[in-house]
Amino acid sequence: MAVVATRTVIEVENLAKRYRLGQLQAGYDTLRDSIAHGVNRMRGLEHLPPAETIWALRDVSFGVEQGEVMGVIGPNGAGKSTLLKILTRITSPTQGTATIRGRVGSLLEVGTGFHGELTGRENIYLNGSILGMTRREITRKLPEIVEFSGVSKFIDTPVKRYSSGMYVRLAFSVAAHLEPEILLVDEVLAVGDAEFQRRCLGRMEELSRHGRTVLFVSHNMQVLARLCDRAILLREGRVVMDGPSEEVVAHYLQTEIGQGSQRSWPDLESAPGNKRVRLREVRIVNEQGRVVDSVDIRQPVGVEITFTVLRADVAMFPKIKVVDREGNNAFNTVDTSSRWNEPQPPGDYTVTAWIPGNLLNEGLYTIEPGISSLGLLGSSKLVHQARAPEAVAFHVYDPAEGDTSKGRFAGQFRGAVRPLLEWTSDSR
Amino acid sequence: MEKTAVDRTAGQDAVEEELPPVSDRLVVIRPASRIPKLDFHELWQYRELALTFVWRDLKVRYKQTAIGVGWALLQPFVTMVVLTLIFGKFAKFPSQNLPYPIFLYSAQLPWTYFQSSFQSSSFSVSLNSALVTKIYFPRVLLPLAAIIVPAVDFLLASTILGGMMVYFHIAIGWEALLAPLFILLAAVTALGAGLLFSVANVRYRDVPYVIPFLVQIWFYCSGVIYPIGALKPHWQWILSLNPMTGVITGFRWALVGTPPPHAGQFALSVAMAGLLFLVGLTVFRGFEPRFADTI
Repeated sequence: MAVVATRTVIEVENLAKRYRLGQLQAGYDTLRDSIAHGVNRMRGLEHLPPAETIWALRDVSFGVEQGEVMGVIGPNGAGKSTLLKILTRITSPTQGTATIRGRVGSLLEVGTGFHGELTGRENIYLNGSILGMTRREITRKLPEIVEFSGVSKFIDTPVKRYSSGMYVRLAFSVAAHLEPEILLVDEVLAVGDAEFQRRCLGRMEELSRHGRTVLFVSHNMQVLARLCDRAILLREGRVVMDGPSEEVVAHYLQTEIGQGSQRSWPDLESAPGNKRVRLREVRIVNEQGRVVDSVDIRQPVGVEITFTVLRADVAMFPKIKVVDREGNNAFNTVDTSSRWNEPQPPGDYTVTAWIPGNLLNEGLYTIEPGISSLGLLGSSKLVHQARAPEAVAFHVYDPAEGDTSKGRFAGQFRGAVRPLLEWTSDSR
Repeated sequence: MEKTAVDRTAGQDAVEEELPPVSDRLVVIRPASRIPKLDFHELWQYRELALTFVWRDLKVRYKQTAIGVGWALLQPFVTMVVLTLIFGKFAKFPSQNLPYPIFLYSAQLPWTYFQSSFQSSSFSVSLNSALVTKIYFPRVLLPLAAIIVPAVDFLLASTILGGMMVYFHIAIGWEALLAPLFILLAAVTALGAGLLFSVANVRYRDVPYVIPFLVQIWFYCSGVIYPIGALKPHWQWILSLNPMTGVITGFRWALVGTPPPHAGQFALSVAMAGLLFLVGLTVFRGFEPRFADTI
């Protein structure tokens, strides 16, 4: 094996993983059932149901060079977590091989094996050796670990008396001193505490700056594109794209959503609309006016609509409808500027609707831009002069820094919107 | 590769940072082999982790019980007294010309070691599911560590036997040197059964209810409360299929001077222990790759 020349530290070849359906919830849950069914089968009363299988991964091949920071993206169930589980040897592949050179660490393991009855110091030894450190190594790094954790005063107290913050700091401190050569991170599994998630990302950046190899699974496209040089896109267990992370992320968002964050209709005749007005372009922009695929939940996002007025006989106003990932109508809003109270002369117009920060939830939103007018007097309906359902889409992400409406919680909130409210309390 | 190196130096002017050397640690991940084998080289590499598990369990065990070490002495002593009252005093079981308490306790000692080892190794994988689903290590370490921890209780409880031998004036012979071998046999038996049942515990929900029942039956089949030699020969052979029969007859002979085990019957017990261990190990290694998917 010519190893040193290429410095490929992770080499995955034709990796495949098959799960037997129902394996996760075992066919027969109890020994009693299992025996009963077995007896029935022997008596010919029953036949073994044909095993249904799914391939969580199929023919996955890629290589990661030393020092590379590679992202893995894909929709849920694409096999991202399975891939990571195989690389960390938690589960074994059905076919193929993966060759790994160097010490592997994964932030999945932070706090793994901590025991409430044991003191902080004892848990450092326990957790450290579970993570693969030798006792001597732990003893050498102990002062550093304790110092970094900031819980030195309580280091001889059982960790069951720790606050959750202290617990996480101590656990993280051990993991941070592991110094892996290859770091595998699954953001989804690291969920639990925003502070913790932030530390994980920080640690990841730090390691990657020092030339360590990182494999990063994330749903946060913005962070992934920023941190990773390269990304692979998994879909239904296969690698469908492998390239520079920005390109892969853009491709993913586009294919996943069906459209990007920018759409134009250069041909006036076929553009959405009618003889009065036609839509020409719609773009999702950030405060700097740049077209963006994904936005920080705290930042405002603009929907910029360009349209051409052809005939000025009706007062028309721009409108957008915002639809969440599940297809629910999140809200509608119109431009209330008084200029739209009168019919406007023919020509091109550009308006931007600013959706404030801390309003939308995380996830994908699609926008239906439109130009509407009021119906006849007494009508309860708007008249849509022009509209383009699902014209553009964008992704909202929460960088989990604790200052959004979910506070330190790092999981997902349901709901179409997620406003940050002002909370008051009576002081007693 | 070149690209990253250039980027890095461009970012932090003049700091020429070499990539750290690739370590020689090499792992090739491939599908689990069909023939389960025990990788001793790997086990040796993970010896520190095994010791850590033992250390953790001991720490926790002696921290959780308020009276700690005292508990390890009180429990076997009380058990011995109760069993002596029932089987020695009321039922008047034969005791091979020994005072019943010492006849009983010389068997209760290895039996208790076996019982706790078997039980804790049976639960070792399912109780450590948080580890098993998050991190790799040879899973065999868990049941293995679980049979080492009860050895400490065994050593503590042995002091009671010492006291009783002094009290009942029982002389100790050279045979006592062989006692550890019988404990080793108990350990192999416990590990074999533990490997088997730790898999069952992961796979089936109702196994935790089966184990205490099994332990109880096993107890009555091992000659703890009665001498095997008092049975008809064909029963002696049948019970010798149980490795614990060999352990108990042997241990008792080594320490308190009851008649030695019948060579053929003892060989049968040893063979059964070996068989149980091999079956347990095969099943365990065969199922091991699927632990994380099943728990």
